[in-house]
Amino acid sequence: MAITRDEVRRVAALARLRLTAEDEERLTTDLANILDAFARLSAIDTSAVPPTAHVEQDRSAFRDDVVANPPATESLLVNAPARDGRFFRVPKIIE
Amino acid sequence: MSALHELSVREAADRVRRRDVSAVDLARAALARIAAVDTQFGAFLTLNEVEAIATAEAIDRRVAAGQDPGPLAGVPVGVKDIICTAGLRTTAASRILEHFVPPYDATVTKRLRAAGAVIVGKLNCDEFAMGSSTENSGLGVTRNPWDLARVPGGSSGGSGVAVAAGECHAALGTDTGGSVRLPAAFCGVVGLKPTYGRVSRFGVIAYASSLDQVGPLGRDVADVAVVLEAIAGHDPLDTTASPRPVPSYLGALDGKVKGLRLGLPREYFVEGMQPEVEAAVRKAIDQLEALGASVEPVSLPHTEYAIATYYLIATAEASSNLARYDGIRYGLRAPGGALGEMYEATRAAGFGAEVKRRIMLGTYALSAGYYDAYYLKAQQVRTLIRMDFQKVFETCDALVTPVSPTTAFQLGEKTADPVTMYLSDIFTISVNLAGLPALALPCGFDRAGLPIGLQVIGRPFDEETVLRVGHAYEQATEWHARRPKV
Amino acid sequence: MNLEPVIGLEVHAELLTDSKIFCACSAKFGGPPNTNVCPICLGMPGVLPVLNRRVVEFAIRAGLATQCGIAPRSRFARKNYFYPDLPKGYQISMYELPICIGGHLGVLVDGETKRIGLTRIHMEEDTGKNIHDAHGDASLVDFNRSGVPLLEIVSEPDMRSVAEAGAYLRTLRSILQYLEICDGNMEEGSFRCDANVSVRPAGSTTLGTKVEIKNMNSFRAVEKAIAYELRRQASALEHGERLVQETRLWDAEREETRSMRSKEHAHDYRYFPEPDLMPLVVDGAWVDGVRAALPELPGPRRERFVREYQLSTYDADVLTQRKDVADYFEAGVATGAGAKEMANWTMTELLRIVRDEKLDRALVIRDWPVTPTQLARLVKLVERGAINRNTAKALLPKLRGTTADPEELVAAEGLAQVSDRSALEAAVADVIARHPAQVAEFRAGKERVLGFLVGQLMKATGGKANPQLAQDLLRTALRGG
Repeated sequence: MAITRDEVRRVAALARLRLTAEDEERLTTDLANILDAFARLSAIDTSAVPPTAHVEQDRSAFRDDVVANPPATESLLVNAPARDGRFFRVPKIIE
Repeated sequence: MSALHELSVREAADRVRRRDVSAVDLARAALARIAAVDTQFGAFLTLNEVEAIATAEAIDRRVAAGQDPGPLAGVPVGVKDIICTAGLRTTAASRILEHFVPPYDATVTKRLRAAGAVIVGKLNCDEFAMGSSTENSGLGVTRNPWDLARVPGGSSGGSGVAVAAGECHAALGTDTGGSVRLPAAFCGVVGLKPTYGRVSRFGVIAYASSLDQVGPLGRDVADVAVVLEAIAGHDPLDTTASPRPVPSYLGALDGKVKGLRLGLPREYFVEGMQPEVEAAVRKAIDQLEALGASVEPVSLPHTEYAIATYYLIATAEASSNLARYDGIRYGLRAPGGALGEMYEATRAAGFGAEVKRRIMLGTYALSAGYYDAYYLKAQQVRTLIRMDFQKVFETCDALVTPVSPTTAFQLGEKTADPVTMYLSDIFTISVNLAGLPALALPCGFDRAGLPIGLQVIGRPFDEETVLRVGHAYEQATEWHARRPKV
Repeated sequence: MNLEPVIGLEVHAELLTDSKIFCACSAKFGGPPNTNVCPICLGMPGVLPVLNRRVVEFAIRAGLATQCGIAPRSRFARKNYFYPDLPKGYQISMYELPICIGGHLGVLVDGETKRIGLTRIHMEEDTGKNIHDAHGDASLVDFNRSGVPLLEIVSEPDMRSVAEAGAYLRTLRSILQYLEICDGNMEEGSFRCDANVSVRPAGSTTLGTKVEIKNMNSFRAVEKAIAYELRRQASALEHGERLVQETRLWDAEREETRSMRSKEHAHDYRYFPEPDLMPLVVDGAWVDGVRAALPELPGPRRERFVREYQLSTYDADVLTQRKDVADYFEAGVATGAGAKEMANWTMTELLRIVRDEKLDRALVIRDWPVTPTQLARLVKLVERGAINRNTAKALLPKLRGTTADPEELVAAEGLAQVSDRSALEAAVADVIARHPAQVAEFRAGKERVLGFLVGQLMKATGGKANPQLAQDLLRTALRGG
């Protein structure tokens, strides 16, 4: 199952991964091999089979509408690579 | 009398509660052991010495005050570095989280602490749990204590090694496609993947959400049962965790295997298996028959599709789960550049090759035009695989299989071709797709002295039968007493 | 070319729950940046969502109020894309299996009711907010809003004019306010609207090229933007230009829509069912419970007001836009005020204060300037001629913040309208005597001067003269002399 270089680039862009030329080369081959291995799935008749929604039986689970979290402290911000006071700082977002 | 670090979990906790041994001594013994041997194995990424001693001291004080700190009182344990520990670096073995210190515990971490356990450190694994040998770790190499030139299995390689080498009495790993069972088998220890939903996933860095489960590793089945009991159960922070009550798993180890019906799926005894592995597993089955179980051949006809099904579903979920690593709120950020460059450069620098490969595969499987053919198709085949198991469990109480076609392979042996590596999971992967509980325990050694693992698979939420069968076999044999020469 | 507009609207309504949709952080607007956050709504490693039951209840309410079918099984789904205000790199939304399907609204335009279809309603989480930093070389991200629950309400492309679009939006907002699930404030962002606009030859059934318009921050902006876009598309087609399917932003300053800088890739959101949440099961009993608790909705209430109180459709519409105002009106009528008068006073005096003082910012007004009973009593006084309208208007501020009975206030301050002829005749004579020039003008045929003289008479009587009687007496006196 061939996958083109262009497709690899498209997928890399969707996944926000920057690939070197070498990466692209390797991934094009790797993905093609893997997809080859998966090609056999298409032969299986799944027309009457529902996709697995969840492994366990249907059961809904909720929480009550209660505010239980205290105002956030420094501990939640301290891992940030770049900050401006209580804000997270990122390169400028251009619309 | 055994050295402190060689005590079982139950024995160690009992002695601490009886004030026969102090938690501090146990902690020191574990840390000393780690200091003595871990440079050879590389099981640990981060040690927790100061907090471990402080926790141990607190436990000793509670015991002295007549309180019961819990079933794991004072027991030194290791935690796979994919499980969050508050205030203690948690990296998922990735450069992208190399300096991340979570401000929260995973639920399983909280429960270990509540049971009195002492966390001595964080264990190496494949990056984001993606791998079968721990060779994909971005932060270090882990070696098999039975043969330093070989892999410990993965992705919870550090967990398998730490238990096998006596660096801690038990460890937590995670199992998405075999990642607790394979290292257990390769390292000659016991490992359990619980039913999907038996143990909370909150605070467990997600790889594949519908497959991941936390599982305990220990040196015998009873230890694994005790740890499972401590961590299992409903969690309001995880809606996929079942509200079913947690039975006494230790209480299930009553040896009553007479009359149990064990199935041998023919698709798990294939050409290309290492002959000694097959021989050891068949001998184990004979042993179980001798204990009174009945054995019958069964078929799981969709087994051959399991690997493809797994890799499509797991990578699709992973591609989404790993989108949050963008350098904004935590983790690595590549310097300089506009926003788009920042994303790309950060993720390129932070993720290793296997992670990138799986993100690419998963993104592709979900992308427009391919969703039906790949992701949706895989979820449908998954239903067929689940139905295979449902059918055999109508006539069987458990299934017995090998864990892996081979014993531990050499470091570097399978890294050239990802597909070859993926095939290591062939006997473990269907179990995750079906969400079933499965135990790996030692059943022999090959000529090279490498451990061979036996797998027992059970019905959903029937960890009791799985543990019962494993325990009965274990107690009738000596494999679990063997330790690597360190 | 005879072109007809084809308009569909997509509304995102922020829900008024106490906590966020998937975590126990406060959902309240405002607060210092990154305070109403936790590891879950920050998308930290290993966290999981847990669904707020009240969000589901609100969705069911909205679905029932708009005649949707409530799906017994629905599913959350991940919408995957990268943006700094989206902490997980995906938004938990719903895709193939939404909770509400296929409803409609009745919308009043130019006195006629038109039915606008709804395609679906689903629940999703809101994103954080980006702002530009002071120096302009970076952006700052605040996740307080991340995880606030939203309902996405998608209409069918059934609207055929700007007026219909505006009426739909107002009706929808009104319904959500009646249900007390959203305060409908476009300026503050709790009620957002994107428009899908296309044109086609009148009578055609195929759809033209669709353009999505975003960034409209008020009802007026929506109307202006759609109007602009319709003109732009019509003009383009008339000039033989091809229209591009795209997203355009409304520029409120320039009052035009402009194309968004083209994104490198069309969005491929790679939707798949959310594995961290179980499928949502909503049984009949739950739906019945919600249905039983629904208030009388704006449309039926407006129709009832027309029937029961003989109000015009227009007046009934104004009174039923907000449930609290409709309740106020009916409370007043219940204490005996005539419907017509009560309606007038509510619509003019009361609503003026409400708007001027922005009391309508609240979802439900509880602190009225005067109570319905007070206003009703005032109205009754005017109805029976005890005071005139001006006096009544002047009394309103005096009643504010008090529990005073208007009748007592009138008595205490001697404000009763003077309707006694003999009492007024002296004043009439006085006014005529003091303003000979105007008297002469009136007698010379300048009718308008009467107003001035009446005004003088009102002044002379401290505003208490019965204005009609004052006018009659003056006219008689002027003619007579």
